[in-house]
Amino acid sequence: MEKKVLLGNEAIARGAWEAGVMFASAYPGTPSTEILESLVQYKEVRAEWAPNEMDALLAAAGASLTGARAMASMKHVGVNVAADALMTLSYTGIEGGLVLVTADDPSLHSSQNEQDNRHYAKFAKVPMLEPSDAREAKEFTKIAFEISELFDTPVMVRTTTRVSHTRGVVELGERQEPKREYVLRPNPKKYTMIPAYAGPRHVVVEERIERLKAFAETFEHNRIEWGDKSVGIISSGVAYTYAKEVFPNYSFLKLGMIWPLPEKKIREFASQVDRLWIIEELDPFIEEHVRAMGIRVDLGKDKIPLCGELSPTRILEAIEGKSFIPKVEYKGTIPGRPPNLCPGCPHRGVFYVLKKLKLFVFGDIGCYTLATLPPLESIHTCVCMGSSVGMLEGAVQILKEKALGKTICVIGESTFLHAGIPALLNHTYNKSNGTIIVLNNWTTAMTGAQEHPGSGYTAKGERTFAVNYVELAKALGVKEENIKEVNPYKLEELQKVIKEEVFKDEPSFIVTKDSPCVLLRRAIKNYNPPLVVDEERCTGCKQCLESGCPALFWDASKAGEYRTTEGKIKKRKGVVKINELLCVGCGLCYQICKFEAIRGQTEKVPIGFEVIPLE
Amino acid sequence: MDNKVTSILVCGVGGQGIILASAVMADTFLRAGYDVKQGEVHGMAQRGGAVISFVRFGPQVFSPIPKMGEVDFLFSTEKLEALRWITWCTPETVVICDQIEIPPPAVNLGTMDYPKDIEGFFKAHFKKAYFLPATQVAKELGNPRAANVVLLGKFSSFLDIPQELWEESLKEHVPKRFQELNIQAFRAGRNL
Repeated sequence: MEKKVLLGNEAIARGAWEAGVMFASAYPGTPSTEILESLVQYKEVRAEWAPNEMDALLAAAGASLTGARAMASMKHVGVNVAADALMTLSYTGIEGGLVLVTADDPSLHSSQNEQDNRHYAKFAKVPMLEPSDAREAKEFTKIAFEISELFDTPVMVRTTTRVSHTRGVVELGERQEPKREYVLRPNPKKYTMIPAYAGPRHVVVEERIERLKAFAETFEHNRIEWGDKSVGIISSGVAYTYAKEVFPNYSFLKLGMIWPLPEKKIREFASQVDRLWIIEELDPFIEEHVRAMGIRVDLGKDKIPLCGELSPTRILEAIEGKSFIPKVEYKGTIPGRPPNLCPGCPHRGVFYVLKKLKLFVFGDIGCYTLATLPPLESIHTCVCMGSSVGMLEGAVQILKEKALGKTICVIGESTFLHAGIPALLNHTYNKSNGTIIVLNNWTTAMTGAQEHPGSGYTAKGERTFAVNYVELAKALGVKEENIKEVNPYKLEELQKVIKEEVFKDEPSFIVTKDSPCVLLRRAIKNYNPPLVVDEERCTGCKQCLESGCPALFWDASKAGEYRTTEGKIKKRKGVVKINELLCVGCGLCYQICKFEAIRGQTEKVPIGFEVIPLE
Repeated sequence: MDNKVTSILVCGVGGQGIILASAVMADTFLRAGYDVKQGEVHGMAQRGGAVISFVRFGPQVFSPIPKMGEVDFLFSTEKLEALRWITWCTPETVVICDQIEIPPPAVNLGTMDYPKDIEGFFKAHFKKAYFLPATQVAKELGNPRAANVVLLGKFSSFLDIPQELWEESLKEHVPKRFQELNIQAFRAGRNL
């Protein structure tokens, strides 16, 4: 059989394809994004980006209703959005196998929290499989479809960042599409969840979970690996691989299915080892269950950290009760290298202006959340998708006219389409005076440029309808005179528009134009030549550095007296220089510099980029 | 084949091709008949943050992350980044690093200094530390972005894996029009 190195997420896509999946839907979110991106390559699969996770899961459920195998994938917090559907899809069950992949992010590598989505399986009363690596990710995804059809239930597959984003060796198999006709057959007692029908379905759910418990006992991936019986370790997912690395000789109960749990097998394992340890990442999910069964747990969350992801060293430190002592150390300070908005990013100018105007800025989920960090420091909240527009409404209702000129919210266009539309309606309907800026960069940028309903393309690359934000705002009740399109590279115009709108006692809607993500090559004709600093004019005031552009740097070696172009002798602390490898010539620093020290290589300095419009 | 798992820490600045170098390593180790795991963490933004990836190969690899203090190779596309992760190393760790310096934001803003004489520090604390003009070599070959592949060439010379296997997997991971450049960069690095 052919072997290949695949990313955990690619392995999930491969497993779904081999299982004959016909439909897959997702909203991009780290660390889940590559699952759908990888499914796009398979011609048999209709792979789609949905506007949000709820619609991804519902679309997959609809496909399942025709008898087709279907999958939805999302990051952990995406399941919160899809949870309304999930809780009742558990009641309806499925026709074609239905799999929901949740990719959790312990240590919040790119997330707003580190919730443990194993709780969702228990909450929704659906089975959950948890692979440890890419090989299992492919295998378990296939098995998930089988369990789904065998037990008439949605099945969750849970990964974490270290499973989704780790490459491993995978054996490739062939695609086996179930031979069946895809049709809709009315069955309202199963699929129309009015109280009279849903009540009986709850009984079915409870019976199903009992049958699944029995299945879990003999499920081959709930595996006992006997070794030294002085310690027995129950573990699952990537935590199992860490524990195995540290304690290769102890006995293990490796759980491939972490809901429902195989109680008999756990009892059998516990009874044969001297001490029982439970090593799991995040919450004591397995541990609480085992303790509730009346089994003594000798080591669990009393030692193993609750917060952040585990690692072999963290497990060792926790169990030995002492910190790792490095064998080599550097005593000096190492400057950090936090992620930053890219050189030429269309968001930078907006946050430069918002800071200047001293506004309280309600922020949202996207690259632009980084503008909360110095030097821009102009995002003051970020909670979840849509939280900017959503929270602004309550704030302005309390502050009333005191809100004028004081606050605003910013949201990326993909996030706006995901969760901002009903929130904007909340403003217009309830007579708010809030101002909303939609940062339209034509793509879902933070997750690596995925298409969305405003980008003009589908996941499969087909040309399609693209949202017109101005028309949408009008339809949602924003008055035409309060809707503005502005090029965010043009600082003066941008500042004027924002200033005007935040003082209006009505909902305002500003959307950026000609501002595609600077990395979206299909949208930008050419980058501009790098700008240069005239060292005879630079006073070293550092105002341009306030933009936080990574292409600008400080050169203190030029401190001291200098002769200006006018022949005067002045003093300065240094000069700013421009890294020509990084600068794409957006023209922002050129506009910021009051001393005309930043110049272009042509007489007229371009502001922003020449963009390639759709069509 | 002994039972030992070899661990490589690959690091640098976002956009320098750390993930590509790691993926080529992983693919080559599979071709050479090993089990392999390679894991990385993507930062929040696309460019400019610190990036770290682990590659581990051997007869059977469990954890994608090694124990701290058990890294066999430190492979860095930037000097300061090599320094950032040294607590994972031992004096026996083989260090392969580009000589290039990319100032982080605090240095750009003039609020912190870029650490002085990183090379000297490594030479004093590690038995084998190679600081190579990888970006310079790649630039001379036509594209400074191939510096990661120059370093990959040097790294390959420490392992008993046929050169063809490296070059086959390298070709699979780069666009066709850059294949020739990358092979040249790889060979140049292998002979550095």
